[in-house]
Amino acid sequence: MFVALRDLKHARGRFILMSMVIVLITVLVTFLASLTAGLARESTSAVTDLPADHLAFSMPTPGDPPEFIASRVDADQWEGWADVDGVVSADPLGVATTRAETPGATVSVTALGVAAGSHVAPVREDGTPGDVDPGTIVLTRAAADALDAHVGDAVTLGGTRLTVAATLDTDQSFSHTPVVWMTLDDWQSIGARGAARAPGAAVSATVVALTTSGTADLAGADAALGTTTLTTSDARSAVSSFTAENLSLTTMQAFLLVISALVAGAFFTVWTISRSGDLAVLKALGATTRYLLRDALGQAAVLLGGGVTIGALLSAAAAAALSGVVPIAVTPTTSLVPAVSLILLGLTGAGVAIARIARIDPHAALAAR
Amino acid sequence: MDLHLDHITLVYPDGDTHLTAVDDVHLTIPAGTTTALLGPSGAGKSSLLAVAAGLTRPTRGTVTIGDDVVFTPGTSVARATRVRLERIGMVFQSPRLLGSLTALEQLELHAHLRGERPAAVRARSMDLLAAVGVADHAGKRPAQLSGGQRQRVAIARALVRRPEVLLVDEPTSALDHDRGTQVVELITGLARELGAATLLVSHDASTLGTVDAIERMLDARLAHPAPPARA
Ligand SMILES: Nc1ncnc2c1ncn2[C@@H]1O[C@H](COP(=O)(O)OP(=O)(O)OP(=O)(O)O)[C@@H](O)[C@H]1O
Ligand SMILES: [Mg+2]
Repeated sequence: MFVALRDLKHARGRFILMSMVIVLITVLVTFLASLTAGLARESTSAVTDLPADHLAFSMPTPGDPPEFIASRVDADQWEGWADVDGVVSADPLGVATTRAETPGATVSVTALGVAAGSHVAPVREDGTPGDVDPGTIVLTRAAADALDAHVGDAVTLGGTRLTVAATLDTDQSFSHTPVVWMTLDDWQSIGARGAARAPGAAVSATVVALTTSGTADLAGADAALGTTTLTTSDARSAVSSFTAENLSLTTMQAFLLVISALVAGAFFTVWTISRSGDLAVLKALGATTRYLLRDALGQAAVLLGGGVTIGALLSAAAAAALSGVVPIAVTPTTSLVPAVSLILLGLTGAGVAIARIARIDPHAALAAR
Repeated sequence: MDLHLDHITLVYPDGDTHLTAVDDVHLTIPAGTTTALLGPSGAGKSSLLAVAAGLTRPTRGTVTIGDDVVFTPGTSVARATRVRLERIGMVFQSPRLLGSLTALEQLELHAHLRGERPAAVRARSMDLLAAVGVADHAGKRPAQLSGGQRQRVAIARALVRRPEVLLVDEPTSALDHDRGTQVVELITGLARELGAATLLVSHDASTLGTVDAIERMLDARLAHPAPPARA
């Protein structure tokens, strides 16, 4: 990169301007990726954090796509699932978003109802699932903060008073509301799903949380029990609004990536045209097209690599500063994947622009300028 | 090495018809001598130079350096580029220096093009810059040099590879008479010193006192050789 590096230094102004554009696009894309991940987590972590690999849904109209809001499983179904070969555990789980009240606050929470001895009961400090006692409620940290509730305080959900038995150090949420845990019976009686259950009536739940050994015939069991089974990860799409949210944010990122490729292409098109005289001279002096392409692509790589690195660092810093204010999750995936995509797409755009070097005629070097 | 242009014809496509820019030109330039090519605008001088440099393929004829046929109607671009890099030096009408490189780097670039370390030719580059009288300006970029200084750097650049053939297109068109004469003198002197067969295209016969031979070109053909003017 004998000429390319000197050009970078010499035409500093132009390149700084261009790298600023790259930096800003990178900040935008990586910030958006972190926000997408943060919002996704806020929408679905109650599901993805479950110690289960599959969830069985039962929709009122068979064949409908599974949704937490409409799914309803009964005891026959979770007991049937527990008997399926290769199923290690099958636990009913009630999921419902409702209003929780303390004297000082009223907030939306998602109530998770678990049966006694459930594998998906909230994980306590010692790392094992601990049962929730009837008449009590276990709060995730965000729920405790929002309700300003401590152990021993009373929290009212749907007219039922529950006593806070524990607050957890973890943060699960569902559809942007913090999670609280209670027994499946209490979950039923707070009437989060329609009318509160009459005493003695059959218990139902929202889904069956399954731990499988991998040999289980899930499709066969679904057919026999009238359920639809999804992996925990796929079950995110059953959280209403998650798919739409995720799709719109991901689309925005995709557009930004395409824009970055086009911007890089436009810049390098103009830049290559502006130095086509120099390129003709270089060819006349004996530079091969391959040498010139490598030189120019190296220049684009330096520009993109520098701009994207600065942008990703800025965005990580901004995310760290804003992490308490907006739901944002900075992970290697939210930084590296957009950064690498930006560099690759930018290089593609630049590469298409630079390809015109091949068409430059060294004969043009003889023409008076 | 001598440069032989053997019955060179160059035809450009010109809309539906053709334009013969060079018509059966036959010319030999012995090593170490300079032949000037004079002629009116449009006579085909630059076209002949382009063929001699392998910048464009002749329609008919061959270019030979020493005993090697280097350019024919079938020569590939890659081979022509290689020959230019290794055997031919060129000076263009305007100096055509690269804006971001210092005078010294214009010369060192050639080593880089050949895959050598630029520092490998630093000493020789400095010698050449001294020979053309711009050693004091080695660290300057083209924008900081005068037109004459730029043209001198361009001449040094053409010679850094010790070319067997030196091709020069109107080096004096941007210079006044005295400076033009000096530049031609510089070229003929260096050509002799380095043993390069030199073809120098010019508009201005009055600057050609030091060349070894003068050819006149008119309507794509060489006129009868004129006796070399000796100052
Ligand atoms: N790339 C080209 N394509 C088509 N025709 C060309 C091309 N280059 C030159 N010509 C034509 O070929 C003829 C010879 O041009 P050339 O540039 O060789 O003349 P010249 O003797 O160098 O003139 P000048 O003294 O003005 O530089 C002219 O008629 C010109 O229009
Ligand atoms: Mg010309």
